[in-house]
Amino acid sequence: MSHLSSTDTDEAGDAAATDELRTGLVEGLVNELQDGVVASHLLPGRDLWVRVTAEAWDAAGRVGRDVLRCSYFCYLSVIDWLPSPFGRSMDSSVDNILEHVAAKDPEPMTHGVTGGETRFQLLARLYDVERHVGVNFKADVPDDTLTMATWTKHFGGANWHEREAFEMFGITFAGHPSLRKLYLPGDFEGYPLRKDFPLLSRMVRPWPGIVDVEGMPGVADDDGGE
Amino acid sequence: MSAVVLADLAYWQVSILRVLGLLAAVLLPAGTIVYLFLFKMMSFMQSRLGPMEAGPYGSMQLLAEVGKWLQKEDLFPNGADRRVFAWAPIVVVASTFIMYTVVPFGPDAWFADIPTGIYFALAVSSVSVIGILMAGWASANKYSLMGGLRSAGQLIAYELPLVLAVLGVVIQAGTMNMQGIVEAQRNGEMFGVGFIGNPYIITQFVGFAVFMIAMQAELTQPPFDMPVAESELVAGYMTEYSGFRFLLFFIGEYATAGAFSAIAAVLFLGGWALPGIGFDADIMNLLGPLVMLTKMMLIVFLVMWFRFTYPRFREDQLQIFAWKYLIPVSLVNIAVTAVLKVAF
Amino acid sequence: MTAISERQQRAYIASQAADMRVNVELETEGMTLNIGPQHPATHGTLRIIVKLDGEQVVAADPVPGYMHRGYEKLTEVRTFPQVNSLINRIDWLGSFANEVPFILAAEQLMDVEAPPRAQWIRTLLFELSRIANVTLFLGDMAVQLGAVTPVFYAFRDREYVLNLIESATGGRFHPNFDRIGGLKDDLPKGWIAETKQVMVKVNAFCDELETLLVGNEIFNLRTRGIGVIPPEVALSYGLSGANLRSSGVDWDNRRDTPVGLVYDKLDWKVWTHPDGDSFARYWVRLQEVREAAKMVIQLCDGLPPGPIMAKVPRIIKVPAGEAWVATENPLGEMGYYVVSKGDLVPFRVKIRSASFNNISIVPWLLRGVYVPDVITILASLYFILGDIDR
Repeated sequence: MSHLSSTDTDEAGDAAATDELRTGLVEGLVNELQDGVVASHLLPGRDLWVRVTAEAWDAAGRVGRDVLRCSYFCYLSVIDWLPSPFGRSMDSSVDNILEHVAAKDPEPMTHGVTGGETRFQLLARLYDVERHVGVNFKADVPDDTLTMATWTKHFGGANWHEREAFEMFGITFAGHPSLRKLYLPGDFEGYPLRKDFPLLSRMVRPWPGIVDVEGMPGVADDDGGE
Repeated sequence: MSAVVLADLAYWQVSILRVLGLLAAVLLPAGTIVYLFLFKMMSFMQSRLGPMEAGPYGSMQLLAEVGKWLQKEDLFPNGADRRVFAWAPIVVVASTFIMYTVVPFGPDAWFADIPTGIYFALAVSSVSVIGILMAGWASANKYSLMGGLRSAGQLIAYELPLVLAVLGVVIQAGTMNMQGIVEAQRNGEMFGVGFIGNPYIITQFVGFAVFMIAMQAELTQPPFDMPVAESELVAGYMTEYSGFRFLLFFIGEYATAGAFSAIAAVLFLGGWALPGIGFDADIMNLLGPLVMLTKMMLIVFLVMWFRFTYPRFREDQLQIFAWKYLIPVSLVNIAVTAVLKVAF
Repeated sequence: MTAISERQQRAYIASQAADMRVNVELETEGMTLNIGPQHPATHGTLRIIVKLDGEQVVAADPVPGYMHRGYEKLTEVRTFPQVNSLINRIDWLGSFANEVPFILAAEQLMDVEAPPRAQWIRTLLFELSRIANVTLFLGDMAVQLGAVTPVFYAFRDREYVLNLIESATGGRFHPNFDRIGGLKDDLPKGWIAETKQVMVKVNAFCDELETLLVGNEIFNLRTRGIGVIPPEVALSYGLSGANLRSSGVDWDNRRDTPVGLVYDKLDWKVWTHPDGDSFARYWVRLQEVREAAKMVIQLCDGLPPGPIMAKVPRIIKVPAGEAWVATENPLGEMGYYVVSKGDLVPFRVKIRSASFNNISIVPWLLRGVYVPDVITILASLYFILGDIDR
């Protein structure tokens, strides 16, 4: 049983050992999925990311469970890579919502590790409880259909996660047994976790934003750690 | 039995006295049980103080609670069968009152001297099932309905061991009259030693144990509280009741506990009689009720102790327990008692 | 025939209609029972629609969302330190444990490591919040089964632990004590000695419950063989924590991936149970409280001196990157997938909470059980509504 001490990346031996394990996982995936694996990213001793094509998503779940023996289904979610059109980042001195500025030109879309091409990216994590190693799967969701294959036939737990992704991002999962809304009322319109879905509380109340970060007078060094 | 005190009074005066006495006999033990056990003993067992504000040590808490219930609105749920809904708690309480009528508290302190007293008491105790079914049905609530049905199933199942446990006592005493059973215990003797009589708890211990378990179930107290299971059925048939009608159910619950414990005290603990004082002594009309109250509280203490300690059965387990264990045990008890009765 | 007055006619029609309604609802095909959203067994606002045949469940469909607060959206408009006070509210019984994985993820992205003393105190508070959380389960399970007394013992002894958390952090339920790079404050004076005394009480509480409940025949009758989850099903549904370990899967994030916490320096044991039923889940949790108490004492003894904050810039900008950190929270594996784009605010935070997965197995698990067992199973799975709905 290998113990992954993830914070100690300087321990070369430990890191190399887990590196081997994770490299093996990637190799196993490439063997099974062939062209399905688009990119992979490895932080030695920490974590592993694998991006697969949308077509290979279904197979990735099966291979992950049966071949890689990552039988523990951790979660499934979606990342919306579109930069927020509302300029909520506290770097901007102007809050677009507050100033009633029309949505500005979106910044160019940038993707995280393993890259990406489309706006939505599926994100799922499988884990092997015996070797204590996990894989983060990613897959680009086709922009035109927003439809992906379901994982419910591989993992029972995917049911609720896919329902959540469906109501929050509007991604459809082909073959899901009952793709209904999970949290929201049935007649709710819109997809709340998409970046272009406005957060109403931000519309009605000014953004305290950077003011909070600067700290109150007199307690300036409270959590500064100087 | 001579009715010395009551002999000079007219029939209507006696009747009024008896009604007042019955009210006292039903409400006083019920109130004592609620304060002593439900408020205080439960709290102490659970490492807390319980009510402390109303009166000294919270002794007036019960009055405050009653006042609160009386003020509340008398609610009828939508779709309820109003008439049945309104009558159900009264039926439950009435059965309790009638049960008390045959319990003797002294040589003359009884309400009705029926030759088949114990038979009568057990028969009318089942009437409360009808009230509970009425409540469960009329509430137009699924939880209530399930509670009512569970209750009916449970009460019918535990009626049998209850009656069978009593049968042993009846065989030994040779009478079904409650006063007669007290007398038989007082005048009986164990192996020639007769100074405390022969309380049947000793010779009929199996019967006593079965009676106590069945009584716990009849009272729907944990571990047999499936019908009211507040964590799943949200108090079952009582869910929709409020105010005065809930109060009636509440009184019914604890007054029935008092009534069953009174019957148990008569059957197994020797009733109101005290050794050393004559059976017909007038003083026993005053002491007898006190003796009875003490014995009742002892029995209710046991009931409540189990109640606060055990988790509840599921109802198939509860039925299995009644039909597979309690009833065979009490049948064996009857057989053994009958054989011994004939032998000695 | 006598004429019927209009009022009588109306009453007759109304009563017929009422009968019809009742008959439709109670037809022998089965009954749909709505457990919740307000029901004592759901301790929160979980709603479960069960279709019954008699008292047997034919199908169960949990409906969460009555408490959905949209934390994943809210985190996108808050700075990293601000998110910390938000995620306290996810599992409100063990709040401190919610903060730790998020802070660790942020630290991982910033490549900051908390000083050893901060790591020890984090672990200490983490285990205290586990005790505060799981003791309540130990009492609550009993009350769901009808034993009213243990829950009062649980509340009594949990209070000591909450007092400890309060005196160290200033918050009973929502400490908001963890900071990127360390902790807000050091421990107060005399706290260590007091903590050790409280752990004696916690151990006594566990013994008390073991004699009062675990050895009780009725408790065994009600929980053994009820709601059995085989290990492969548990893994497929992503069950974690004690729910998974009671199915015989020997996996504990604390032992196997001790990210940023000092579990590898302690002497303790991961308990598993082969049965996978409600009893196993209760038993494993009971042992976990004992282990936690044991760990707290060791942590108190081994607490190293030193600073409690690493050098962190005052305005925290987390470098671009993605990180996944999960810890073994009281309810199970809790993890945060943090995507940062080098801003003050996280770009996306996926909150993987334990109860969400633990409850998603309910439709599978409740098929064919009796209504009282629904309550047993729900109680033994142990969920916190805030942890499901986030």
